[in-house]
Amino acid sequence: MSRLVTRTANPVVGIPVAATPSSTRTVHPWSWWAWAAGCGIAISLTNNPLLVVLITAAVTLVVAVRRTDEPWARSARVYTGMAFTVIIIRVFFQILMGGDGKGTVLFRLPEASLPNWAAGICLGGPVTAEGLAATGYDALRLAGMLACLGAANSLANPRRVLKSVPAALHDISVAVVIALSVFPQLIASAQRVRRARRLRGNTRKGIRALGAVLVPVLEDSVEMSMSLARGMESRGYGRTRDDRRVRPGTRVLLVVSVMALTLGCYGVLANPTGSFSTDPSTCAPGSLCSWLLMDRMGQHIGAVLIVAGIIGSVVGLRISGRRLGVSRYRPDPWTWQATASCLCGAVAIVAMIWLSRANPKAITVSTSPVVWPPLEPAMLLLVVAAVFPGVFTPAPQRSTQADPEQAASWTSRQDEVPQL
Amino acid sequence: MSDVITLSNVSITHPGASTPTLRNINLTVAEGDLTLVVGRTGTGKSTLLGTLNGIVPHFSGGRLDGTVTVAGRDTRTHRPRELADVVGVVGQNPVAGFVTDTVEDEIAYGMEQLGISPSVMRKRVEEILDLMGIADLRRRALLSLSGGQQQRVAIAAVLAAQPRILVLDEPTSALDPTAAQDVLASITTLVHDVGLTVILAEHRLERVMHAADALWWLPGDGSVVQGRPEEVLARADVVPPLAALSRAMGWPTVPLSVRETRRRVGPRPGLPRAPQPSEAMTWPGGGNEVLRLETLGVDYGQVRAVDALTTTVERGTITCLMGRNGSGKSSLMWAIQGATKSSGRVLVNHEGSWADPRKADAATARRMVSLVPQSASDLLYLPTVAEECAQADKESGVPAGTTRAILSRLRVELPEDRNPRDMSEGQRLALVLAIQLSSRPDVVLLDEPTRGLDYAMKTELTRIVKGIAAGATGDPAAVLLATHDVEFAATTTDRTIVMATGHIVADGSTRSVCTSSPGFSPQIAKVFHPADVMTIADVERLVNTPAGDRR
Repeated sequence: MSRLVTRTANPVVGIPVAATPSSTRTVHPWSWWAWAAGCGIAISLTNNPLLVVLITAAVTLVVAVRRTDEPWARSARVYTGMAFTVIIIRVFFQILMGGDGKGTVLFRLPEASLPNWAAGICLGGPVTAEGLAATGYDALRLAGMLACLGAANSLANPRRVLKSVPAALHDISVAVVIALSVFPQLIASAQRVRRARRLRGNTRKGIRALGAVLVPVLEDSVEMSMSLARGMESRGYGRTRDDRRVRPGTRVLLVVSVMALTLGCYGVLANPTGSFSTDPSTCAPGSLCSWLLMDRMGQHIGAVLIVAGIIGSVVGLRISGRRLGVSRYRPDPWTWQATASCLCGAVAIVAMIWLSRANPKAITVSTSPVVWPPLEPAMLLLVVAAVFPGVFTPAPQRSTQADPEQAASWTSRQDEVPQL
Repeated sequence: MSDVITLSNVSITHPGASTPTLRNINLTVAEGDLTLVVGRTGTGKSTLLGTLNGIVPHFSGGRLDGTVTVAGRDTRTHRPRELADVVGVVGQNPVAGFVTDTVEDEIAYGMEQLGISPSVMRKRVEEILDLMGIADLRRRALLSLSGGQQQRVAIAAVLAAQPRILVLDEPTSALDPTAAQDVLASITTLVHDVGLTVILAEHRLERVMHAADALWWLPGDGSVVQGRPEEVLARADVVPPLAALSRAMGWPTVPLSVRETRRRVGPRPGLPRAPQPSEAMTWPGGGNEVLRLETLGVDYGQVRAVDALTTTVERGTITCLMGRNGSGKSSLMWAIQGATKSSGRVLVNHEGSWADPRKADAATARRMVSLVPQSASDLLYLPTVAEECAQADKESGVPAGTTRAILSRLRVELPEDRNPRDMSEGQRLALVLAIQLSSRPDVVLLDEPTRGLDYAMKTELTRIVKGIAAGATGDPAAVLLATHDVEFAATTTDRTIVMATGHIVADGSTRSVCTSSPGFSPQIAKVFHPADVMTIADVERLVNTPAGDRR
């Protein structure tokens, strides 16, 4: 063997180094939620089906490019299914019993009136284009919002989301994380017990058989919780709790802030026309709604309340978080990509509000008479804002590339060998 | 060496009990020692270990008199959470103690609670991953790991807080022997290489006693005997194979390893040599066949768990299935019973005609083949022993009282009104056996029956299983048991089938399969290799009688 090691022609290459020493190469989970919430709110403000479909497609594209192979990422499929179910159910009921016969009649179904005890509901009858359009647009909007929720769920690991809550909410997040991990164990023990039932001849049927499964499973879960509590105690849970470091009155501040936040949201969002061109006269006189919306002041009051509520909550959470001296292992860093994702969500909302003022007809499409929903060049901005996080965020480490063993373990768990 | 743990005049009374479980205990643990805690089930081992980090009585309730001092801290004034940085505790079932879902997070959890800075945590996690040899598992979900891996993660998670004392309460009782070996090897490393003080309660003494410095024996009368393992084991009621051998040979102290025992036994040229079969399949077969398997196959997706397996089993024989985890033992049992999908033919000679238990309905299948699964207590769901027995009679369609009669024929006395959940592992197993035998099955399948049983219970189980095969509970049945426990197999079974990757790789009498290779044989056979000595009965027959008197 030669003593000379052959050298590569050009050994120094520019390796693209990640900007931050991020462990998982994923964006901060809360930024995905902010982006998805922005897109969802934007969708909720319009009934233009073309725009809804465009934004939903953009969101779906981002999910397809940026989701990981981990189990929670599979939830996207569930949400897509739910979205389609919503559309089908709403349109079905509209056809079955929605028609009042006004407008363009597309076709007629055989009519049947239910008896009086069923409130005299009329089944079948004429199906109008207007009714179908209104329901279809509405269902589509709901489906789009569901898709955004699904996107957030499949892009952000729910456990990491819970881990990144303020220290004051630590106890709650621990409880939820434990609940999340106990659930699969319960399913496993239920399966084990059910298989064991066959061994005893399975003579119990119905409710009594249910008891035969439930009793061992519940006993399992109680025993499991007791040993979990014992384990947490011996591992120092709650050791750094020190209530003396929290100023009195923090709790009051938190409660008041959250109330302000709720009231503010009501003021801004409880707005009957669906866009921001409010007409206070649509409210019943003397109601809370009309009081808040009087002279368009409702939204102003609401905005002020929201800002005050947010500031109060942040301060309150900071102070009450001090009593826990818990540290965090490898917290998700907040990168510029995270900020940019949040901004994209915000841009989507702002663009939608601006469009609804500039061109209300394009955002709130008329369904009576039915017109072809218009598209405008400015809508492109919305779609770009929705799809942009799929471009600048780092590609996830698919577990098949990173850790083949892990990927194998997840696929194998689907058809688990009954060797417990 | 200084003492890190001191118990002085400690008495522990369980909540609601009038007399203390442990009375006037005085014990010390020197720094860096591995202390073994032994005793029959129910003598208070867990209670004693619980006092070492204050779980007893702070968490469990009850009353503790006397003082327990751990690393200079009195458990009277320190809650368990305040001892988390000096004592680490690992329990029987690792899954029940997991708080998070991935290996790395679980290891970091304890440190997060102690408020250790993120950079230090990162460094320690890396160190611990290497120490326990689980670095390649770091991103895995905890539930996707095997039992041995889970237990090692649990130990790693406790070690991350850098305690100097590690308390382990039967860490291997829920594991198969291969995984148990992994975990015990890790523990010995921690004692010898890292210098931790370890207090370990363990059933499988043969695997760990060679590393022990001290032994606490709980005879069950509320006292604790402390001493050197070779001395205490010579009189304890917990009898690992080498202790049984040393008693049979009349030695005053117990040798702690096979190597030491071989030296003490010395060369024994007069003993008959073990058979060295030239073929792996030596079981003669024939006789009263009751179970026929023809090209039986079990698939899980892409995985072939059992591959075209063909064999027959005779009435009255006890057959042992051996092989590593995933070699298809459990799959084979579940397939015979019909609880998993399988191809090929399964035939049972039921009431004079051959029938397939997989095609029979659950009640008939139960009269042909009866299976006791690994987690036997899954079969119990009623609040009292009496109700369980009555229900079993109904399920089997036999006269009332049959199950109860089987229990007493097995010579296991269980109080009628006792809740099965409150009984010991061995008592529960006996109850499940009685329930499953009440249908008078032709074939009895036992999946890992010795898990969590102590030596005395295993002896009892041997007697019960031999009784079933001989017909003590009905017609003589064929017993097929899957186990990793070579010692148990050697004393109990007639025939051994070794499985690997879904095939039978060896099939012969237990004696010929287990003594032909020194690696895969019970400790007594290892000691006397190459002589044909496998059990204590052999020792008494061959070794303790002079050559001239032997026939």
